[in-house]
This record gives sequence, C-alpha cells and structure tokens, in this order.
Amino acid sequence: MELYKLNISEARELLDRKELKASDLLDSIYKRIDDIEDKVKAFVTLTKEKAYQMAEVSQRIIDTGKSFPLSGIPMAIKDNMCTKGILTTCSSKILANFIPPYESTVTSRLGDKGYILLGKTNLDEFAMGSSTENSGFFTTKNPWDLERIPGGSSGGSAAAVAAGECIAALGSDTGGSIRQPASLCGVVGLKPTYGRVSRYGLVAFASSLDQIGTITKNVKDSAILMNVISGNDPLDSTSAPLPVPDFTKVLGHEIKGIKIGIPKEYFIEGMDKEVELSVKDAIKKLESLGAVPVEISLPHTEYAVATYYVLATSEASSNLARYDGVKYGFRAEGKDLMDMYMNTRAQGFGVEVKRRIMLGTFTLSSGYYDAYYKKAQQVRTLIKRDFDEAFKTVDVIVTPTSPTAAFKIGEKTEDPLQMYLSDIFTISVNLAGVPGISIPCGFTSNNLPIGLQLIGKHFDEETILKVSYAYEQSTEWHKRRPGI
Amino acid sequence: MKYEAVIGIEVHAQMLTDTKIFCGCSTKFGSEPNTQTCPVCIGMPGVLPVLNRKALEFAIRTGLATGCKISSHSRFARKNYFYPDLPKGYQISQYELPICEHGCIEIVVDGEIRKVGITRIHMEEDAGKNIHEGDGNYSFVDLNRAGVPLMEIVSEPDIRSPREAAEYMKKLRTMLRYLGVCDGNMEQGSLRCDANVSIRPVGQKEYGIRAEVKNINSFKFVEKALEYEIKRQIKVVEEGGKIIQETRLWDSNRGVTEAMRGKEEAHDYRYFPEPDLVPMVVEQKLIDEIRATLPELPDAKRERFVSDYGLPEYDADLLVAEKTTAEWFEEAIKSGGQPKTVSNWMMGELTRLLNEENKTMEGCLLKPAQLAEMLKLIDKGTISGKIAKTVFEEMYKTGKDADAIVKEKGLVQVSDEGTIEKAVDEVIAKNPKEVERFKAGDEKLLGFFVGQVMKLTKGKANPQIVNELLKKKL
Repeated sequence: MELYKLNISEARELLDRKELKASDLLDSIYKRIDDIEDKVKAFVTLTKEKAYQMAEVSQRIIDTGKSFPLSGIPMAIKDNMCTKGILTTCSSKILANFIPPYESTVTSRLGDKGYILLGKTNLDEFAMGSSTENSGFFTTKNPWDLERIPGGSSGGSAAAVAAGECIAALGSDTGGSIRQPASLCGVVGLKPTYGRVSRYGLVAFASSLDQIGTITKNVKDSAILMNVISGNDPLDSTSAPLPVPDFTKVLGHEIKGIKIGIPKEYFIEGMDKEVELSVKDAIKKLESLGAVPVEISLPHTEYAVATYYVLATSEASSNLARYDGVKYGFRAEGKDLMDMYMNTRAQGFGVEVKRRIMLGTFTLSSGYYDAYYKKAQQVRTLIKRDFDEAFKTVDVIVTPTSPTAAFKIGEKTEDPLQMYLSDIFTISVNLAGVPGISIPCGFTSNNLPIGLQLIGKHFDEETILKVSYAYEQSTEWHKRRPGI
Repeated sequence: MKYEAVIGIEVHAQMLTDTKIFCGCSTKFGSEPNTQTCPVCIGMPGVLPVLNRKALEFAIRTGLATGCKISSHSRFARKNYFYPDLPKGYQISQYELPICEHGCIEIVVDGEIRKVGITRIHMEEDAGKNIHEGDGNYSFVDLNRAGVPLMEIVSEPDIRSPREAAEYMKKLRTMLRYLGVCDGNMEQGSLRCDANVSIRPVGQKEYGIRAEVKNINSFKFVEKALEYEIKRQIKVVEEGGKIIQETRLWDSNRGVTEAMRGKEEAHDYRYFPEPDLVPMVVEQKLIDEIRATLPELPDAKRERFVSDYGLPEYDADLLVAEKTTAEWFEEAIKSGGQPKTVSNWMMGELTRLLNEENKTMEGCLLKPAQLAEMLKLIDKGTISGKIAKTVFEEMYKTGKDADAIVKEKGLVQVSDEGTIEKAVDEVIAKNPKEVERFKAGDEKLLGFFVGQVMKLTKGKANPQIVNELLKKKL
C-alpha cells in the first residue's frame, strides 16, 4: 500500500513499531503532492523544509519509545490559522504577504503532540463561501471530479485529505465550512461545540459562530485529533472551562437504544433525490444497529439562513475592519488617508468579502440595527431553543449534510443566494453552537460522495462520534478513495 | 431674558493598572513608540482579548465610591470606526449594560452642597496616538497607549455653571486619586473631559439643543471653555439664531470653541455586543470584597477633620483635596502637633515652598514628625516664630531635623535678660531722636525699637522679653 493512504492510527502503529520512518511517510506524501497537486490545487503554501525538520524531531522522540499521539503525522492546516513565521493568507490578497509572529493555540497544541506541518490549505477568502471559488488565489478541485468544486470554505483541507495529500487536516466551520466540504469530498468533518476548541490564532470571520475542527479519513482519527486540540485556553475567553474526555474511549460502544431525531424540516423540496435516498438508507442502517429513529421538529429552521447571513456579516464587517493597510498586509497608495483606505480595501478584498462587509455594515447601522441584527439575535435564540427542545427527547439528530453532491465549478458563482443554500442544513448547528459531524454515507450515480450529518448536544461530541463510528464500521463508504 | 446653563460631563480616566485591559503589555507612560505592544493590542489577525481583572475591579471600586449600582450582568460592545490609531477598526467599549449605573457625587459651591448624578461608568480601551512629524508625506502611529484601560464616567445634566463643572472635575479627580484608580493628570491625558452644554431660559423645564465641547485638556480650561461656550450660545439665541447639535473643539490658544467639520463627526459607530468576550457576571461576593477595601473618602475625611480636630471647614477642605496631604496632616498630629497650627504651617509655608518648585506632597522631603518637632521647639521657647520660618525652609530643603538646624546655625532664641538688656541699651543710646519722639507720645515707634534689637541679635532675641525691657527702659 502507498504510505500516503494511511490514516492516523495506522501510521501511528507503523511508526511506533519502527516499521516506518517519519521521513518515509513524508516522502510519500510530498511525492503524492508532486504528482497531483497541480490538478487538485489544495495548498496555498507548502512548508517542505520545515516539515522535514519537524519529522526529524518527531523521529527522535519516536525512537525513545515514548511517542506522542501525533508524532510524525503529516497534516495540512487551513490557511486561516496563524502559524508563526509561516505565511497565513486566508486566501486573500489583503493578507498575501502576512507572516504572523505568533502561533494559533490549535497548531501549538498539535505541535506539542508531535504533528508535522505539510502546508497551508486553500479556502474561500476569509472562509466566506462554500466552494473555494471565492479564494483570492485559485479554486481547489474536487478530487472525485476535477471539474467540480470541493465544497468550502475548508475546501483545500477536505480535498487534501480525500486526495491523500495529507494524513489529516484542520478546518474551520462558521456555517458548514468543515462539514459541507467533508461531505462533498467523501471524508469525515467534525465541527465541535462552540467553545470546545480555542479560536486564538484563527483569523476571525464571525466570532460567535467560528469554530475549528477536524477533517479526517475516518471517525477514529477525528477523535484522536479532538483529544489534542480541545480544551480551555486562557487566551480565548469564549473557550469553555470544561474537562476534555478521551474521545476515543466511546468508539466501539453499542448504540442500541440511542434515539436519533429526524427533523421533518430537513427533508425539503429541491433536495437531490440521490442524497435523500442515501440519507434514508443511512437512517435504516442506524436502526438496524439498534438506534431508534424519532421524527422531530426544528420549527425555526426556515429562518436559519437569513439569520445567519445577518449575524455572520455583521460580525465580519467589524472583524475585517483591521485590514486597512496601516499596520500589515497589503497597502495600496492613495492621495490621502481616506484614499489609501479605500484603495487598499477595494483592491485587497474580493467580491464576496466586499458584499458581506457591506451587508454587515448595513445591518448594524443606526436605524436598521433593531430590524436586522437584534431581530436575528432573537431568532438565533429561538433556533437554539429548537435544539434544546429536541434534545430533551433524542440523543442525536441526523440530517443530510448538504442538499446536493459537489456541483460544477462556476455553476453557482453568479447566484450568491443559490450558493448560500448549500449550507442550509449546516448553518443552524453553528447558530445553536452545538457539535456536528459529517460522515460518508453513499455516492451518487456520478460517483460523487454524499454526506450524513449527525448533530449532538452541547459539549457532547462523544455521542456523535460513537454513533458515527458504529455507522462507519458497518459500512464501506469511508474506504472508497477518488481515482486520481 | 435670563438664561441658565445645563451641563453634563463625560470624563475619560486612564486606570492605574500595570498592564493593558485586554493583554499583558505594560501601561507605562512615555516609552519609545510601539515598544509596549503585542499581537493583541496592535490588532493582528486572529488574536483575542482577555479582560484584565484589575480593570474590572477598579471600575467597580469607582462605582461603589460614587454610590453606583454595580451591574450583576454586564458586557462589552464594539464601537466601529476607521482611524489609524485604532488598530482593530473598532474600540472595545461598553454600550448596553455598563458595569456601573445611577450614582452621585456631592460638590460644594459657595458653601452649598450640590448633587451631581452619575449616569454610568463603563470600561473601554484607549486608542493609540498619531504622530505627525518628518517630511509630511507620512504620519506615524504609536500604539503604546492602545489598549490602556479607561473608565468613562458620564454625569447627568445636573451641572448649572462653569464653576460647578470645575468643582465637579476637582471632586472627581480627588476621589479617583483617593481610590488609587487614576492619577488624575489632565495635562498628560490620563484624565480627559468632554462637556455637553446647552442653555435655556430660567424657569423653562425642557433642555435646549446641546453642543459637545471636546479637547478641554487642562483643569484651568474647564471653566474658561464652558464660559465661552455658554456666552456663545446665548449670543446665538439672542441674535435670533438656533443652536445646532454639534461637536466643538476648545482651542486654548485662542480661547474659543470651534465646530468640528461635519465629515469628522458624522459617525455611525454601529455598536454591537463584543462576541470575543463572554458577558461578565459580577457576583455579590466580589462587590463586597472590593467594598471592604475602599479607603475613607474625601467627604468623610473632611467631616472627621472638622469634628475630631476642630478645624474650620475651609482648612479641612484644602487638607483633604489630596490623600497624601491629608495623611501628612494626620501624621503630624500623631507626632504631637496641634491641629490648627499644623494646618496653618501646611497651608502657609509648606504650600508656598511646594508651589515655588512646582512640586506636590509626593515629592516632599520634609516628614510630618519633623514639623511636629519644630512646633515643640517653638512652644518651649527654643526658637521664635520668626526664626521658625527659616528653620522650616531649611528642613524643607535639606530634610534635616529642626534640632540639628537650630544648633548648626546657632538659631537658639536668646532669653537671657542680661544679653537682651545690653542690646536694648545700645539701641536706645544709638537713637536719641526716636527716643524723644516716643516719649512725646509716638507709641508706634515701639515696633521700630523692637526691630532694631532683633537686628542686633540676629533675630534670636525672645521678642516678649525685648518688648518688656523696651517698655521698662523707655
């Protein structure tokens, strides 16, 4: 078997048994990148030199027989997480030259546990989008069909995992940006509970919704990474001061009697028939494993997309104000201060980012605040209550991750509203702050992956990991890899 | 028509914390530009604020001292605007749910107590500073101050005259200094004052349209700026014009307020709750703990000085204006000084000497016990009151004890009648004409003779004995 095809636990075993050297694994992955990266275009930056240095350090630790969970494991990081001394661009021209003098908490935790940074992956500029077509640099291709988008915004990370350009990756998820690309690329994507993972060093899009999570080849790898990146961080006031369980412990536990809620609002008209069928099959599969399906209602679902686009853009309009050409990043010349500001932001930001900044500026403006921002906050509370209510009777909620499989590049770029609807099933989860995971549950007749979303209670990633693992172990979907 | 002014004051007070409000950078004043910065306070991508607990405590402390209600639930908000000295493009401040509300400060104007309501006190971060120097093509930004914690203290429109406004500012400054939460230095910008000013015909209930006067950057300008602004508004109205709501800058060189250009003030700050900081829950226990550490405040101290030491209100008022002064006074009393005498020396000689050097009590070399010792020397008759002034000045300058100075300079009062008699005789012998006039009834000349004797004895003769002997001999 080609080494790049390994997952974390397989690689761990081989490395620890000294049957594999960290540098050999790295060789195989960079070879794979050399072979296919010009087709997939998952990476904005490759950090080969540093990766081999890290591999050397990891190997020494492995040789002592006391390896860390990630010693020698090559990973890709979405390019909106700050890495000290390494370009961090958010796939935006405005940060095209930005090298942070600090490390994000997540990558520093991965570093403490021995990971190897392969490179930084492409995204929709500032994580705003569902296809990577909004990247300020280039569009990443779906490894299953190079004419299609990989999903987004963590499209680079999802494509890299699916194509074997890394063993695992981190993404960030504000409205579905981990789960939707994971679904479209046929891999596992977990968005943890808001507050479970520190956001320090994650370049903010919408602070109250952003959450870092994992993109992996299987459920167990996700649990392994969650063990490393989770937990309170004194640098992030919104990170929860809660103990972190060993997420791998629950894997393999029975799911008999687990109640799975099927929200009737999620099986909507216009949904792809093949997606609907696969998801229904998956539910039957879960039932056969002893889970008990219960129809539930999340009555405010229809307001989720609108609520999201008010709140996320409001926060974004403020979060992106710091890119003004004064301190770092791109600066355009101008005849005076105002002119410099306007030129810098006009040339530095892409169309979608500007659209969202304008939307958010509008919704926070005096006279509109109550009608938009405040109202949206109220609806957000109602959406959260929907979930609280549902979780009184069920343990997990199961839905499709995305209404369709991967669409063609360019298919939705002219119609932002159509694009926004690709996140229709994932957005409520961010608004409620609950955890959600997408796992492979089938393929379309075009051989495009379909994802199943499992949603859990606040800080109960364990249950969705447990159910996902049970499903995964009784199916073969996760073993399929694109033919590229 | 007679008009009355309605004034509300917004104060920005820099808190005396060691570190900034949302990061660990130092707040020290006057360092090299941008040496006290980190990714958080210069607004780099992806960084997050973490509240300095000390800043919260200082705000609560101030709230308690001004009788505010401390909010059990409070939160930060973002105030959005673009400016080079504002690195994030927004200032983290408070909008809805400030930490303190509904307090009150008492001021005394012309012997009358006036209450000025405190609408709210909230926490926020300071901005940096733009520096315009060099060839003029570029400006520079110093972010050392960015993130220094501020309190904004907003008064009700309860102030009715520039005098009251000045008294309010003085009182607030005194309180902040007592509490140790702000050094109150207006010239260095650690205490800043903006005033909302309107006028209305006396007797009218409704408020007039107000103008906001900014840039009042020194204590001495508080009254001047407001006097100017009130006169200006009255003139506008009397000439048939209308006051417009606007921001005006005080120009201390020209002594006028001027409207800011429309563009600069047309801000829509788009406030919204700061999502990077969780709402603050202030527990009663914390409030009680902070309350227990409050010092005796100026009002209470003044009352005590009057009742315990029998000081006149006037003396007490001056002594309590600065905590260090009040403490100095009480130390001197503890060391045996008589309260009114100590007060006289402090308000007289000590204040004069400090003012000459532009110093405050903090820089005073003289110890309170030293003054008390010197007063004992006067009581014992070792030195005269006049000589004491010389001794005092020497003590102030050198920090030496009165005893040592008296010995060193041979300033011990001469009370020996024989020695004084000799001098008296000499003076009488030298001034026959004056003796004649005195004997003819010009009694005012006694002072002349006393002066001559003192001159001859280099001021050391006991004045009482001199007097007695002169009267006898003449």
